[in-house]
Amino acid sequence: MKTENQKAWLFVLPVLALVAFNALIPMMTVVNYSVQETFGDNVFFWQGLDWFQQILRSDRFHDALGRQFLFTFLILIIEVPLGIAIALSMPRKGFWVPVCLVLMALPMLIPWNVVGAMWNIFTLPDIGLLGYFLNHVLGINYDMTQDPVAAWITIVTMDVWHWTSLVVLLSYAGLVSIPDAYYQAAKIDGASNWAVFRFIQLPKMKTVLTIAILLRFMDSFNIYTEPFVLTGGGPGNSTTLLSIDLVKIALGQFDLGPAAAMSLIYFAITLLVSWLFYTLMTKDDLN
Amino acid sequence: MLSWMAWTWPTALVFIGIFSAIAVLIVLEIRHPGGAMRKGALGLTTTRGDRLFISLLGTAYIFLAWLGLVGMPLWTPLGLAIAWGVFCFWKV
Repeated sequence: MKTENQKAWLFVLPVLALVAFNALIPMMTVVNYSVQETFGDNVFFWQGLDWFQQILRSDRFHDALGRQFLFTFLILIIEVPLGIAIALSMPRKGFWVPVCLVLMALPMLIPWNVVGAMWNIFTLPDIGLLGYFLNHVLGINYDMTQDPVAAWITIVTMDVWHWTSLVVLLSYAGLVSIPDAYYQAAKIDGASNWAVFRFIQLPKMKTVLTIAILLRFMDSFNIYTEPFVLTGGGPGNSTTLLSIDLVKIALGQFDLGPAAAMSLIYFAITLLVSWLFYTLMTKDDLN
Repeated sequence: MLSWMAWTWPTALVFIGIFSAIAVLIVLEIRHPGGAMRKGALGLTTTRGDRLFISLLGTAYIFLAWLGLVGMPLWTPLGLAIAWGVFCFWKV
């Protein structure tokens, strides 16, 4: 048998080294922290699996996890259909294509903390453009610093504003790659718009949509900066998502052991959902 | 040099176990290329690597679930995890 060219492994080495230093070694350290207690000065005491048990049984963790799933669920059911709809209505040819693409890409170019700060100033009830308009012109009581529902509406709207573009651009890339022949065949068969969408456009977008949903899931499940800057997890704990709670435990209370255990549980959840999702979406292709 | 990583023997053994499993897979792959791909009991097409991944992920969940719902000691979930691993490599 002819020996295959194994040079590719050599080119993967730098990435492997990088991942080892910025992901694997810190991750191993987190595992070590999760079974110990420390009071600083690099002195550790064996604690076994107590932290895991404590986190798994704490209401605080269950609540944060529930909020996290709710947030991710809400933004996915809004962003994915909205992104597909926008991509479908974008022009495929001509002058407006680059204009639309640049406009769509703009929100994604803004750093996360700036997005949080922008939406904070935008929605504050007395000085924000939107907040002032809703409260003082329309007379709707809207205060994201006091009212949990308003805070949730604000963080979800902010995420939709920031990240729908990603779904749009990926779906658009999928749409553009469909050859004209498919549409012509559909026209000859007298297919309705819905049938064209259901049997031509959606299957052709499947791969990029899988990636889009996976990216949006992971990003929104690990979201920290935007809600932290916007609401700081408040009012009360109403928008304290998992990552915000984790940072509170790790840096606010300096409870490194419980924080490490919590981040491993958090990691396991992200890993399982991503794996399940990816496996289910690509199952038919592999078989 | 490694004191900042706060190593303990139990966690070191966990990592040694995972890395040796990966090493075994590499040796197997060199001896028998192709990853022994098959369609298993769960309807998934898996390679050896997939089966190891599913075993480890399942093991993590078995232990977490036991810790959260029942608590110490962990001999029963250990048995369950081994059974799950055997099932993964045998049938999945």
